[in-house]
Amino acid sequence: MQERFARVVMRAIGVVLLAVCAGYGASANAQLSITVRQYSERPLPIAIVPFGWQGQGEPAYDLAAVVTADLASSGRFAPLPVADMVSRPTEPTQVNFRDWRLVQVDNLVIGRLVEEGPDRYTAIFQLFNVLSGEQLIGFRLTAGRNDLRATAHRIADMIYEELTGIPGVFSTQIAYVSEERRDDGTRRFRLIVADADGENARVIADSPQPLMSPTWSPDGRRIAYVSFEGEQSAIYVQTLRTGTRERVSARPGINGAPAFSPDGRQLALTLSQGQGNLDIYTLDLGTQVLRQLTNDAAIDTEPAWSPDGRFIYFTSDRAGSAQVYRVPAEPGGRVERVTYQGVYNARPRLSPDGRQLAVVHGLGNNVFRIALVDIASGRPLVLTDGRLDESPSFAPNGAQIIYATRSNGRGVLASTSTDGRIQTEIGSVAGDVREPVWGPYPRPGT
Amino acid sequence: MIRHSLVLTFLAALLAAGCGNRQNTLPDAAEGAEAGGGFEDASTTGVGGGSGIQESALEAEQRRLMEQLVVYFEYDSAEIRPEFNQMLAAHGRYLAANPNVSVRLEGHADERGSREYNIGLGERRAQAVRRVLALQGASPEQLSTVSYGEERPAVLGSDEEAWRLNRRVELVYRR
Repeated sequence: MQERFARVVMRAIGVVLLAVCAGYGASANAQLSITVRQYSERPLPIAIVPFGWQGQGEPAYDLAAVVTADLASSGRFAPLPVADMVSRPTEPTQVNFRDWRLVQVDNLVIGRLVEEGPDRYTAIFQLFNVLSGEQLIGFRLTAGRNDLRATAHRIADMIYEELTGIPGVFSTQIAYVSEERRDDGTRRFRLIVADADGENARVIADSPQPLMSPTWSPDGRRIAYVSFEGEQSAIYVQTLRTGTRERVSARPGINGAPAFSPDGRQLALTLSQGQGNLDIYTLDLGTQVLRQLTNDAAIDTEPAWSPDGRFIYFTSDRAGSAQVYRVPAEPGGRVERVTYQGVYNARPRLSPDGRQLAVVHGLGNNVFRIALVDIASGRPLVLTDGRLDESPSFAPNGAQIIYATRSNGRGVLASTSTDGRIQTEIGSVAGDVREPVWGPYPRPGT
Repeated sequence: MIRHSLVLTFLAALLAAGCGNRQNTLPDAAEGAEAGGGFEDASTTGVGGGSGIQESALEAEQRRLMEQLVVYFEYDSAEIRPEFNQMLAAHGRYLAANPNVSVRLEGHADERGSREYNIGLGERRAQAVRRVLALQGASPEQLSTVSYGEERPAVLGSDEEAWRLNRRVELVYRR
């Protein structure tokens, strides 16, 4: 399987789509930029014409630019540069499909942004098939000024889903850890939440001691993480909207690897209970009832829930080297081994359909890559080509995995499609970044 | 024998205290005096600070061992390598003779593999050191552990040398 990917033509199109957003203050070092570096199929040619503006003064927002950047960053689309557009229609009656066939685009997006009143805008867009001249979709979305960027992401999501059959994830968020090493030898650890395109990054926790293992609640409202701020590990659950947080586990020894249950009511976690031996537990966040699921002298850690909440998958070295096992989420169940191929398989994460695991897969010779393991067959498919790849996390559509890797000695983020064909690098402007976790689809009111 | 090693330990404590100038250091005399420490601290200031005592070979050896504050490990292993036995024995005797002193054992791993697994590995290493010190007579109250996994490397870099130096337990003395 690796050979297959090695043969894939490496093409760095070298376009930094979204770079530093200057003047972002405290989070300047948190900014990311996405570069598509590899794809094996011809990306779909599409033209996204700058939207018309009906309102006072300058346009309130360049929706088309964000839609263009989103679609290009996915690696599945090749948007036509605005400079190459023969015409710039904003209404259906202005479209001459022959113009677009000549420049060989398959699909065309036009739209308008209308100022309806103070802080009230309507975005209208239509997606056409250039060959047939048919309208594929057309929508009208209303938004306040601060939501125009989110509106652009929603438009990109709708276009992406219509043309690929896969729901878009441009409206989702990611969380990750950054570490800044200062000249005086001190370190700064930050937990950051950003839009899926790396923009709009904000620091939600900041500490001179390590922060690690962030994880989203299923409703996207809370993040659990490990902090060493008391010089011992403790698990916190922080509400994003308010910034308030609760210390949910600070037991003697290790408090690690939190994972919310699919209903958000429980946390799976790793504890050593002061005895030095790591086992998997569940903690009911409402009743505080703690239940032990594994009891073995081995390192049992990195729990991950199956989407149906029935099983907890975890890493254990009970057979010598680290491999993935699973145990029923109700205490008393039998532990089963899941992975057999490869010298090291760790930190499992379940695909949204529950059929596959993304794992850190050791190939020997100090090479660790992200692999997709089919749970039924146990067969691993290596998706990445780094040397120290880690921390895979599925996008909620199951089509992409974000992970951490190294580039020029620095920690960077990267993503791969789950078929391994599209690879993107998500560079950070400064410092090391790692442990990316993809948030769920946004829900109304979040 | 016990008596002999207690005396030796006591001397080692005095001598070690006299050269406490590093960050992760043994409790030094001044600190002890401020804290209203016992007899050992008071005499440490007078004797250890001067150079009146002729150091014996044994004492020198004990002092040398006490200056070592890091135990290194093989990849994915928490086994104490034989070359660290003497050093840990010296620290264990020191702790047994100084029940008011405590040491925090900070376990670490190299960057290979997943992060939470490496927390487990660091903990396992810290526990291995803890057991050896306990066998030498240190009491449970004197020994605490923490694992930082790969989160706080001693050395940056992704090569064998950096990895070797990062797979470690650091002994951090506290009072």
